[in-house]
Amino acid sequence: MSCAHLLLLMSLALPMRTGAAVEIQRPRGVPLSKRQFYEENKPFTCLDGSRTIPFDRVNDDYCDCKDGSDEPGTAACPNGSFHCTNAGFRPAFIPSSRINDGICDCCDTTDEYNSGATCQNTCRELGRKERESLQIMAEITKEGFMLKQQLIHEAKRGQEDKQGKLTELQGSKKGLEEKVEALRTVKETAEDPEKEAKERHLKAWEEQKEVIRMEKDKARMAAAFLELDDDADGYVSVAELQSHLELDPDSDGSLTETETQGLLGGADKVDTSTFESVWSGIKDKYLSEGQSDPPAPVETPQEEETRDFVSDHDSDHYPEDYAGEEEDVEDDEEDDDHEEEEEEEKVPPTVPTPEKREDDEVSMPPYDAETQSLIDAAQKARDDFDEAERALREVDDQMKNLEKEIGFDFGPSAEFAYLYSQCYELSTSEYIYRLCPFNRVSQKPKFGGSETNLGVWGQWVGPEDNLYSVMKYDNGLGCWQGPNRSTTVKLTCGKETVVTSTSEPSRCEYLMEFTTPAVCQEPPSLDEVLHGHTEL
Amino acid sequence: MMDVHGMGPLLVLWLAVCLSGTWAVDRGNFKTCDQSAFCKRQRALKPGQSPYRALLETLELTNTKLTLQLINDNNKVRLLLELYRLQGNMTRVKINELKPLKPRFEVPDVLINDPPTEPLSLLSQDENGVVLSLGADSQRLIVSAKPFRLDIMEGREVLLSLNSRGLLAFEHLRIRKDTQVDPEGTEKKEETDAANEPAGGEEEETVKEDEKVEDGMWEETFKSHKDSKPNGPSSISLDFSLPGVENVYGIPEHADSLKLKTTDGGDPYRLFNLDVFQYEVFNPMALYGAIPVMLSHSAQRTMGIFWLNAAETWVDISSNTAGKTVFGQMLDYVQGSSETPQTDVRWISESGIIDVFIMLGPTPTDVFSQYASLTGTQAFPPLSSLAYHQCRWNYNDQEDVAAVDQGFDEHDIPYDFIWLDIEHTDGKRYFTWDPHKFPQPKDMLQGLVDKRRKMVTIVDPHIKVDSNYKIHNEIRSKGFYVKNKDGGDYEGWCWPGNSGYPDFTNPEMRAWWASMFAYDQYEGSMENMYTWNDMNEPSVFNGPEVTMHKDALHGKWENRDLHNLYGLYVQRATAEGLIERSGGVERPFVLTRAFFAGSQRYGAVWTGDNAAEWDHLKISIPMCLSLGLVGVSFCGADVGGFFKSPSTELLVRWYQTGAYQPFFRAHAHLDTPRREPWLFGPENTALIREAVRQRYALLPYWYQLFYHAHHTGQPVMRPLWVEYPQDTATFSMDDQFLLGKDLLVHPVTEEGARGVTAYLPGKGEVWFDVHTFQKHNGAQNLYIPVTMSSIPVFQRGGSIIPRKARVRRSSSCMEHDPYTLFVALSPKRFAQGELYIDDGHTFNFDKQKQFIHRRLSFANNALSSRNLAPGSQFTTPSWIEKIVILGASKPSKVTLKTPDGKESLLEFEFDASMSVLTLRKPGVNAGVDWTVVLQ
Repeated sequence: MSCAHLLLLMSLALPMRTGAAVEIQRPRGVPLSKRQFYEENKPFTCLDGSRTIPFDRVNDDYCDCKDGSDEPGTAACPNGSFHCTNAGFRPAFIPSSRINDGICDCCDTTDEYNSGATCQNTCRELGRKERESLQIMAEITKEGFMLKQQLIHEAKRGQEDKQGKLTELQGSKKGLEEKVEALRTVKETAEDPEKEAKERHLKAWEEQKEVIRMEKDKARMAAAFLELDDDADGYVSVAELQSHLELDPDSDGSLTETETQGLLGGADKVDTSTFESVWSGIKDKYLSEGQSDPPAPVETPQEEETRDFVSDHDSDHYPEDYAGEEEDVEDDEEDDDHEEEEEEEKVPPTVPTPEKREDDEVSMPPYDAETQSLIDAAQKARDDFDEAERALREVDDQMKNLEKEIGFDFGPSAEFAYLYSQCYELSTSEYIYRLCPFNRVSQKPKFGGSETNLGVWGQWVGPEDNLYSVMKYDNGLGCWQGPNRSTTVKLTCGKETVVTSTSEPSRCEYLMEFTTPAVCQEPPSLDEVLHGHTEL
Repeated sequence: MMDVHGMGPLLVLWLAVCLSGTWAVDRGNFKTCDQSAFCKRQRALKPGQSPYRALLETLELTNTKLTLQLINDNNKVRLLLELYRLQGNMTRVKINELKPLKPRFEVPDVLINDPPTEPLSLLSQDENGVVLSLGADSQRLIVSAKPFRLDIMEGREVLLSLNSRGLLAFEHLRIRKDTQVDPEGTEKKEETDAANEPAGGEEEETVKEDEKVEDGMWEETFKSHKDSKPNGPSSISLDFSLPGVENVYGIPEHADSLKLKTTDGGDPYRLFNLDVFQYEVFNPMALYGAIPVMLSHSAQRTMGIFWLNAAETWVDISSNTAGKTVFGQMLDYVQGSSETPQTDVRWISESGIIDVFIMLGPTPTDVFSQYASLTGTQAFPPLSSLAYHQCRWNYNDQEDVAAVDQGFDEHDIPYDFIWLDIEHTDGKRYFTWDPHKFPQPKDMLQGLVDKRRKMVTIVDPHIKVDSNYKIHNEIRSKGFYVKNKDGGDYEGWCWPGNSGYPDFTNPEMRAWWASMFAYDQYEGSMENMYTWNDMNEPSVFNGPEVTMHKDALHGKWENRDLHNLYGLYVQRATAEGLIERSGGVERPFVLTRAFFAGSQRYGAVWTGDNAAEWDHLKISIPMCLSLGLVGVSFCGADVGGFFKSPSTELLVRWYQTGAYQPFFRAHAHLDTPRREPWLFGPENTALIREAVRQRYALLPYWYQLFYHAHHTGQPVMRPLWVEYPQDTATFSMDDQFLLGKDLLVHPVTEEGARGVTAYLPGKGEVWFDVHTFQKHNGAQNLYIPVTMSSIPVFQRGGSIIPRKARVRRSSSCMEHDPYTLFVALSPKRFAQGELYIDDGHTFNFDKQKQFIHRRLSFANNALSSRNLAPGSQFTTPSWIEKIVILGASKPSKVTLKTPDGKESLLEFEFDASMSVLTLRKPGVNAGVDWTVVLQ
């Protein structure tokens, strides 16, 4: 039998039972369940037993009982309550203070019997609407609950898949670890001879370079001697050297005779052989007469500039959600001008300019074939090792992600697992709100402007008996003089998974409503539906 | 900030004002006396021989006044003194230049009429002065000629002296003589004109223009804001000596103790309406409003000084006993060597004239009546506005309003008004609605009508400069904006950005403004929507001291002359608008932040942007007491504190305190977390509910107190000394207060309090705890242990207070409910009280005498209700539900006699442990004569 049929039966049953209820005489405002305490013409005992009064003081508009039970139908007692039968709809209790206050509270108008307020009996209409909406809700709940079963099933399978994958990965990780170790040994074995050969080659080259350098110096010395020996007498004299002010030992701008003599080792003049020792003392300062500027100080190559290029690549291996956190950091800095200097320092280093080398230096000769083959072998071993290590890292990352996902609290039957790594958006007049369950909530202005983090996944915060009805995202972008932004997401049963509304009840505290089949409860059995809505 | 007119500085200032990250007022934004050129000049004058001399030969005495010329012997400038004896034991002293270069500003629209005079009679006259009779009580006014001074005597006692310290200083208007040459040469022309006119009227005494030009006389700069001062120096000052006086009060608004402190060694109290961001408590800095009225009090006499001047004003107070230890005072007393205690007061204003009303009392009640006869009384508010108001910056949209409204019903907490702050408008354009958040304001208002509740929307006086905004266009085209010194429309920054400021001093402007509240003009408005005027100091974010430039022009007057009046006019025009829209039928309700003497006639005042701190809760008591003393009874502070977030304990205590203060509204800053009463757990919800319910039950008494305030000018919330003027123990008390004369409230304002010590005044009197009915003797300090639910309140033995025990969801819902009378017997088994009833919202009580006003009295074991207003007529369905007699003994029987001659027996209960007699259901109509006899 379909649900609709049952509802129809229920509504047919209503008038009959209502009619019966109205016929039972009882004082105004007393629910049927308490009728027996109000027996006409017998003294009335307050329901708390505190005192007994004549029956004519029940509903006489004066409060005699501390618990308000003598005035169920008037506003006399501050703590009393009034029962509306509301035939056709749900019965209800209202505070006594709402009796005859000019405002229609009971749909059957019974609360305004003496206030002059014109109330219309809306119970039938309300009942109809409620049944309609209950029916709709029941359908939604039913379908939603079916979808939920599917979700649970999928989640279970997904979970199993993931567990299987994890086990699989654990296996392959072990293999990879062994491979990495093996390749490390291969690499190290290949690298030793390579290193030796390269050092040998380098040493030979250094020696060769030293020879060349000495020859060059000698040539320079000879040229200098010739240049200095103005009178070509085979001697460099004090007078001849004195014109080279750059050699002034005390840099006072004049090269005295005594100073020059000092440069010449105390002699007045020196010949080519003695000049050799003089040259070693002056060659750093000496300027050939053709060039007048002192040599620029040799720049020390800034080796550090090239460091850390590699480590940057590491961030590529970070899982997606870490990237999100980095974004936050940037957001924070945009808000804070004081950080500017630091930012400048963080500007990546420019590509180092090619180091200046003495252009007359000859580059190192290529490795000989034997060395080169050792190098090639070592490089291959390195490449193999790196590749294996990368593969291991990838597996590690995959495992971490899987473990993280498996570790999330996706609800008692993992019914919320399907929301993981999904995002849902809602467009308002000003903003686009984005909920990525178990990850983060954000807000982006529709017409330009950057995204604002409204909170990252925190935990389930529903009431004890319904923990999985509310999600909390916190630690979003900080508010000026206030807390970090946070978002509370209220989940209601629906066939679709949609963000239905967002609001900001307090500054920087957002509220989002979200429908999902995952919270749909098992529809009550038909008996329960009937029982719950026909009691009078 | 170097450039006044650049945008950069504006923004920086705006940020400094609005976004300052540090908590506490930025004192640097506001002037000290030293930074205010005229205050500095005037304060540099020290007491001594006055250069002023009365020219007795110029004395003229008419039926209504005495006039006399004064001359300053240093510069030969003459002043004209006018003395009036006013009806009701007041003296008015007016001093202006005899022939000012141009008229000086005299404050209009504050006095409710030209105060009626009584004849002064000349008792004696010689070359030293004249003696005049002030009529009753052998009071005399003595005018001394050289140096000039005034003394008011009663018998052989001097009550008050003027210029006794020689601080009368009147900066006459003059032509600029310094090096600044006017390029147009107009200055020369003026000079010639002035020279052609005989100075002072007497040829042999020409005005000596030998005064040196001091800094700040012709222009003044404060924090890059230049004040052009085209009229030059114009300040005035006068000293008052009060022999025998040790206590002075009033001159609000300051966040300071009730009893004013001496100002030696610090700044004077300042009166200059300012929007002070994050104000601090316990200092004399100026705040949003200014009422230049000071009360002096001693066990012998209460008097008042009303300095009618709307320019920036500073008040110095010194005392010859201040600073002396109690021991020192005792020693003086024992040795008999002491001078009498004396308080000296000095008023300094930047422009205008000296116009002082000396209210001679002699009782506090007399002073209140005297001041009320000058400036009017408290507007009689709609009953519902005395109930609870729920406000927040901001209720976000219609749904939010509906949800909060629903929240009150769900938690069974009554409220009458929900408020909308600036965000409800379309881009801070007042009289409009945000089309997205409030698309159907009438639906929203109808929803409130259905619950018999009301709304207040904010309408500020700064108008967005926007050619698509009707209000702006009309004001501009009608020339209604305040002008800058160069004659263009004055513009400044406020919430909407660039804004104009309507010239509310212009009666045509006010009439137009009032017409904007008509239902067909203010779209979306309805009968249950009322108004809130904020920022009406006026606040100008980029102006000097966050307000308007003093050289801005209101017609021919500078803002300098009338600054403190602006806020009064805004509220007045708004209140008139609300009256007009109902065809003169309905009483308005308008809340204002800025105010001046006379503002009481237009509505309610709140103490501005306070903070969620215990000190701010404490200061709400003296702040409202001070306002009450000078006419403004309808006063309250933001419950919970505006800035910052209160602890739950502070919030509960604030509700408990606010429930017993006249204007009861919770409010909160935009950046604070929500704090509707049910957000702090069921226990605290219950505590707040109980505090609000106590307020609602007591509404009949509140309403009656306001009726009295409206009729007589007596404050609703009173310092104890007002009712116990001879009890010196009460003179500086400001942690407890009286409501009317019959309820004493000592709210808990200490964090973590386990008890409070309340002082119950009155030797031979008794007080009853209103919650337990426990009786306590008067003239004692009573320690009361407290819990979180305690609100220590006592009813005076000898009083009768009506309540409505059936608290409903709004005051309107309780309109026809029956009354419970609480009769607290005096030791002589006597009690008296009143019952006032009318329709609660129209002027019919006044225009058609439609009200019930009854005298309730208990004497000779009989309680009776008699008509106090035979000319009035009104009927009510309300009846007397219960009578609770405190301090009673057990009768054998109780009889009710009604006007039809019927007698019936009443049932009663007697609680012997507390001596409480409860009479069951007299059932008699509240509007008729009846008597209950105890036998």
